[in-house]
Amino acid sequence: MNSNNNILVKLNNAGYRHNDKWLVQGVSLNVEKGKIVTLIGPNGSGKSTTAKIALGIYKKIDGEVEKYTNKVGYVPQKISIDWTLPLRVLDFMILTENLKDETIDEALSLTGVLHLKNNNLGNLSGGEFQRVLLARAISKKPELLVLDEPVQGVDFTGEIALYELIKKISEELNCGILLISHDLHTVMSATDHVVCLNGHVCCSGSPIDVAKNTEYKALFGEQASQILTRYEHKHDHVHTSEGDIKKN
Amino acid sequence: MFDDFFIRALVAGLGVAFVTGPLGCFIIWRRLSYFGDTLAHSALLGVTLAYSFEINTAFSVFIVSSLIALILIQLQKKTNLPGDALLGLLAHSSLAVGLVVIGFLTFIRFDIMGLLFGDILAVKIDDLFIIWIGGAFILLVLKLIWKPLFASTVNYELAEAEGLNPERAKAIFTILMAAIIAISIKMVGLLLITGMLIIPAAMARNISDSPKKMVIFSIIGGLLSVIIGLFSSLEFNTASGPSIIAASLFLFILSLIKIKQSIKLKN
Repeated sequence: MNSNNNILVKLNNAGYRHNDKWLVQGVSLNVEKGKIVTLIGPNGSGKSTTAKIALGIYKKIDGEVEKYTNKVGYVPQKISIDWTLPLRVLDFMILTENLKDETIDEALSLTGVLHLKNNNLGNLSGGEFQRVLLARAISKKPELLVLDEPVQGVDFTGEIALYELIKKISEELNCGILLISHDLHTVMSATDHVVCLNGHVCCSGSPIDVAKNTEYKALFGEQASQILTRYEHKHDHVHTSEGDIKKN
Repeated sequence: MFDDFFIRALVAGLGVAFVTGPLGCFIIWRRLSYFGDTLAHSALLGVTLAYSFEINTAFSVFIVSSLIALILIQLQKKTNLPGDALLGLLAHSSLAVGLVVIGFLTFIRFDIMGLLFGDILAVKIDDLFIIWIGGAFILLVLKLIWKPLFASTVNYELAEAEGLNPERAKAIFTILMAAIIAISIKMVGLLLITGMLIIPAAMARNISDSPKKMVIFSIIGGLLSVIIGLFSSLEFNTASGPSIIAASLFLFILSLIKIKQSIKLKN
């Protein structure tokens, strides 16, 4: 672990109980500037709960959570927006912070949805909405990004592009990222630190350490542990929203 | 100028419409229509207490409505009853207690109809001050809490995660609702206040595609309702509070035509 002042959020033996049932307990982890920490685990293993503990959404928690930044961007796993609200993408972008027009445009074009800026949020497809959510979270130039399955519903090429974008953002903004992902390939390639959850921390460490871990194998099966090979091939081009190919 | 009762009524109505416009939008967005109704019903108790202790009506209504709001929040935490049942319980019991208290105050003659449906034509100069100064204050506070309140209306967890303190904004908003009911009770009465809050905002929803537009249209709708309602009540000799609400209903129906057109355009 690096020196203390790089830490953005620190969980110390944290847990959360709802209706006398532990959703997750005994989680300790640090998210540091410029690092990507990924939470993996089966359904119901407490990944989203851990993210919400780190964000301070849950108040009555066990253990400790210390947050050292207020500049936070969050992409929740589930978001239900009430359509009694007339809300355009543009209005959604400035939901928690007022931003300059250029900043909004920049973020929307990074995730490939600039053309949807004036659309009603209710008319977007799942994948488009997910891109807007990600654009909103990064547009504030946060110090801490918490991404709960940020690319769900995004098409395959888009998924890879967005994960590369996430990686680029963590480098460019030097922000810490707490990522929840089901895509083990991505986890192995982009992550600095993996925490494998199953109601508690089952194992944690660098991607390779975790993949070799026997508990991880027991949880995910032999096949998953064979994804040791890093996702190393490079992409030399991106696909724009119009379908053109742009060389990097 | 303010000597004329009709001018006073107009100025009072317009002042209230400026405030009910944006507050009404939030009531619709946050699905608080029945909450507003409950606070309005409890206002009767506030009015009777004002008479009993000879204090200012608006102040007394504000205190009672705020108390009812606090009791509601506590009951929600401590009982397993659903929200709408608790609202009904508080609305009707506070209305009933208010009416019972009136029964004890035999030395005062109450204009029950005036309480229930408002008597905007009886507005005095002092009331104008309360409406405009109180209204300006409500709008100022609403502007200050706009960001956290709106963000948490869209998504509570996003607002909380990104440090906007939605819980505080919600509490302040509840107090603002009690305040607008307090300053407008005399105008439209306790049965019609929620109409004044909801109908112009509902009309605005039909013709808006952004939150800002909805607020602006809601204010305009409220102002027009007051003007049309008051002039027609003068013309047809109808009760003024209900005339204002009827005018806002008329505008709502007009806004439906606009929806129909836009659906046609899409097809």
